[in-house]
Amino acid sequence: MRPLGEVQAAFAAALRNPAIGPPAGVVGPDAGPAPRRFAVYRNNVSVSLANALASAFPVVGRIVGAEFFQAMARTYVVAEPPRSPVLLDYGATFADFIASFAPAASLPYLADVARIERAWREAYHAADAVPLGPADFARIGEAEIPRLTLKLHPSARILRSPYPARTIWTMNAIDGVIEPVDLSLAEDSLIGRPEAEVEVRAVPPGGADFIDALFAGAPLGQSAAAGLAAAREFDIAANLAGLIGAGLVIDLSIAEGGALQ
Amino acid sequence: MDGAYRRREARPLPIRAGVGLKPEHYGAILDEAPDIGWFEVHAENYMGAGGPPHRYLGAIRDRYPLSLHGVGLSIGSARPLDRDHLKRLKLLNERYQPGLFSEHLAWSTHEVFFNDLLPVPYNADSLQCVADHIDEVQETVGRQMLLENPSTYLAFSESTMSEIEFLKEIVRRTGCGLLLDVNNVHVSATNQQSDAIAYLDAFPVEHVGEIHLAGYAPEDDGKGAPLLIDAHDRPIDAMVWSLYEHALRRAGPVPTLVEWDNDVPAWPVLFAEAQRADAVLAGFATAGRRRHAAAG
Repeated sequence: MRPLGEVQAAFAAALRNPAIGPPAGVVGPDAGPAPRRFAVYRNNVSVSLANALASAFPVVGRIVGAEFFQAMARTYVVAEPPRSPVLLDYGATFADFIASFAPAASLPYLADVARIERAWREAYHAADAVPLGPADFARIGEAEIPRLTLKLHPSARILRSPYPARTIWTMNAIDGVIEPVDLSLAEDSLIGRPEAEVEVRAVPPGGADFIDALFAGAPLGQSAAAGLAAAREFDIAANLAGLIGAGLVIDLSIAEGGALQ
Repeated sequence: MDGAYRRREARPLPIRAGVGLKPEHYGAILDEAPDIGWFEVHAENYMGAGGPPHRYLGAIRDRYPLSLHGVGLSIGSARPLDRDHLKRLKLLNERYQPGLFSEHLAWSTHEVFFNDLLPVPYNADSLQCVADHIDEVQETVGRQMLLENPSTYLAFSESTMSEIEFLKEIVRRTGCGLLLDVNNVHVSATNQQSDAIAYLDAFPVEHVGEIHLAGYAPEDDGKGAPLLIDAHDRPIDAMVWSLYEHALRRAGPVPTLVEWDNDVPAWPVLFAEAQRADAVLAGFATAGRRRHAAAG
């Protein structure tokens, strides 16, 4: 009798590689070979994982159609199967896979739309935190503002795209209205879930560099410089108000001087 | 926001019907406050750090008893259990204090996660492995678990004992309870060309803490024999309702779940299936319970 580990290694290998055929020792009620029966498991694995991706990337699915999506997803499932039983986390590399998936090459923005969907899903399941409001900033002295460091919400994500990815994502969401779009327009997005709803906002020029600097722990003055370096028209007041208004600042402190209060 | 670390009191499941909780139904359940006994969730769907799933589950758990059902622990694997996953299950048990906690007699991970409940050969080797894993689960999570009988599509020439013998020995060695999935009994008996009634008559019903009902998809095995797929995508079949009554005649009334995980219907359709199960259960309520073990 083969040890259990050996039986399962052969079963797993045959699940992953259809060319191998059903493993030895797998039988039907007639004690004979059971290829159709084994195929049920192979099909369950492929279909259920592709469906998990379909529910995580619904907009990509609407853009390419169900048939194309299923073919693309099944290829990904074979190439990069999940390593964890927590499928909420599956598909972290799906956008990179799409970027290198030759049949999708005619849709160069598709990978960035997938990155927005991935960020949306991460934001949906991210830890909860209570946003600060304008009143929390009212007691900051003007001289302290450049030294202010902001802690952003655990759900906050920046997605930079050389394409109008957010516009395409919005148009292809449920109830979206498809209109002609200029593919030469780059768009950066801020994804976050301050309360119950995930929001995907447009980020003005320089904003992505500003927010990335905040993520890295840089104080406000230094982060604003990063925004200005990226775009001459960068507006620190508008960007900061936008971030606070989005409910994505959850804590603040004064650099060098230690925590506030 | 749901008080993540607010202590909830454990709440046993009533001897009524419950349904699998689906995000599509969160709103209807909170708005309509339906008269239903309890809800069950797949543990893996609530393993995110925060967000709406925990808010809704917290709100629903505050109104109804809950059963926590794992689908990814791979208890039947020859390899060691995933300690991180076990810890996540322990945390969910602590947070939501479910009346029952269950997993499957199956494996789903071997280097990669297959997201399916794969079959286990029944012999001394697998018995030792499954028993050790259940001991580890019960010790780590700190409570009794129920083990569910699987739907199977094939058999192993390595098997030296029946599924019933296997389950009885697992219960004897580990003290776990059993989750009797009546749809799985019908699916497996049809696929293995064995007798579902004989299976139920031999089942150690005194250890059953919960029953599952679901719909299956009929296919064939390519050799002219029916092959039923445990699809959870349609109403419960008449044959399964009939086997359910047979099971209750032996086990007495037991908390019963209606599972509907794919092509999920509108809330009233699912609720109606639960009400039908409730009506069947009510017919056995006066018969008294003959079972002894497996209460939360």
